[in-house]
Amino acid sequence: MTPEMKGFLLLSILKMLLVFTFVLVGVALLTLMERKVSAWMQNRRGPNRVGFAGLLQPAADGLKNILKEETFPAQASALLFMLAPAIAFIPALMLSSVIPFAAPFPAEFDFTMGPLGRFVNHGVVPMVVADVPIGFLFVIAISSIGVYGIALAGWSSNSKYSLLGGLRAGAQMISYEVAMGLSLIPVLLLSGNVSFAHIVAEQQKSLWYVLPLTLSFFVFLVSGFAETNRLPFDLPEAESELIAGYHTEYSAMKFSMFFIAEYANMCTVSMMASTLFFGGWDIPFTAWDQTPGVAQTVATSMVFFAKVMGFLFLFMWIRWTLPRFRYDQLMALGWKVLMPLALGYIMVVGLAIYVIETVLGVSSLRAEGGLLFLVNLPLMFGVFRLLDRGAIIGGSRARVAAARVSRAA
Amino acid sequence: MAIGVKVLKRPDREVSYVRATLKGMALTFRHMFEPKVTMQYPEQKSTAEWSISPRWRGTHRMLTDEQGRSKCVACGLCPQICPANCIKLVPGEDEAGNRYPLIYEIDEFRCVFCGYCQEVCPEEAIHVGVHFENAEYSRSRFVYDLERLSSQTHPVSTLWDPADPRGE
Repeated sequence: MTPEMKGFLLLSILKMLLVFTFVLVGVALLTLMERKVSAWMQNRRGPNRVGFAGLLQPAADGLKNILKEETFPAQASALLFMLAPAIAFIPALMLSSVIPFAAPFPAEFDFTMGPLGRFVNHGVVPMVVADVPIGFLFVIAISSIGVYGIALAGWSSNSKYSLLGGLRAGAQMISYEVAMGLSLIPVLLLSGNVSFAHIVAEQQKSLWYVLPLTLSFFVFLVSGFAETNRLPFDLPEAESELIAGYHTEYSAMKFSMFFIAEYANMCTVSMMASTLFFGGWDIPFTAWDQTPGVAQTVATSMVFFAKVMGFLFLFMWIRWTLPRFRYDQLMALGWKVLMPLALGYIMVVGLAIYVIETVLGVSSLRAEGGLLFLVNLPLMFGVFRLLDRGAIIGGSRARVAAARVSRAA
Repeated sequence: MAIGVKVLKRPDREVSYVRATLKGMALTFRHMFEPKVTMQYPEQKSTAEWSISPRWRGTHRMLTDEQGRSKCVACGLCPQICPANCIKLVPGEDEAGNRYPLIYEIDEFRCVFCGYCQEVCPEEAIHVGVHFENAEYSRSRFVYDLERLSSQTHPVSTLWDPADPRGE
């Protein structure tokens, strides 16, 4: 093994430790944040007994879950019942490995460490565990595996509530996977690459993609909520109708796994949204962060963290505001609204990029972004006008039409 | 569509999901900064908004006279009236002919906290108390004997008075 390879290995291990510690601790603290935010929104205080301001609450919960009895339904399919939490849990954590969380870090070292030999690294280190050139496709592929965990958990429990929850989860996640994938195509059209590092770099040269691709962002956000089974799309859990859906039969640490998976998925969607639409670790209005340096790495990681936290708060905010959709509303929104919207938007963006780049001959990326934003304004207005009519969710238009038909008859 | 259901054409602002969502989100956000209503229970047992009622009927208390003897004269009225039959009274008599309870036990698990014992007591000896923290580690600890009833210090209940229904 060459010293350079050893240096790369050392850095990779460090990054892995950093990211996974951060994500796992973060997920634990997110459960506390969820409870705190929900409490504040209901004029309560939230957990404040364990540790300072309740900060040790997740640790206490974890300990409790480890010590609890592992129940096992007599008629459950043993292997799958054990496997399902892991299948839900592992992909959720894997996804955080391909998302760049800070500006590249200049690490120049050349040292010898006892029997391990010499470690060498030159140049900048990308602050991402695996800087895969197909990061985007990796996320789309791996995030779909999570649905197996939930569907299998629902099926293997051999309980009607679990089965219904699992079926709903399967149908919902597959439906919204389509809209989510399609909503991200415009990002690829504009950036011309599927590597996250490249997409971030393109946004630094142009505008944050939330401006030129606003509709994509909204479709992505709504599908993201559905993908993570968060309210208002938490039909697989639906504690009021299905007890707890797919994890009704799970207890102790196995239940915790689903819980952690849900929060890890939230993290991933937040990181995706920040990276694809809010410039990743980019600090706005300055080019200072584009030159590698230690200060830049630290500052950009903070900015990235702030963006992710913003999205996580949005997740919680929505959860404690909106009630659950009805199942037909969910399916109607996914198939009749979001998917056609995303498909149509791909055409619009494709056409707009063609017109701007080829017909008008605009070469500046920033000007192109601005023009696309102008294209977005009337589209946004139209879509929200349509949504505003209540034609999509409530189907009041359908009811009015039915009333008209019955009156005519 | 059910037959004969009248569907009203309502204005957009009443049926809009988007506007309702934004309104709801604004509401929940505002609530985050409002004063909290939680009472920090073990440290704080009453607030300006809430305190335990003086008519609360909780675990019993036996009052004592100046010499520290219980005021009970073992007349037997309280076990007689008790609807739950939770009072055990064995009367005794000293050399001077004063009656006193040899055994006076209340099973707080059987008690229905009606307060009749306090109402019926001619000596104002047994009272229901304004008290609610009764946790114990064993069931047997819920049978309160005379010594325990006498050593309680919590305030006693002001029972409802038909002559003064509002407690004025």
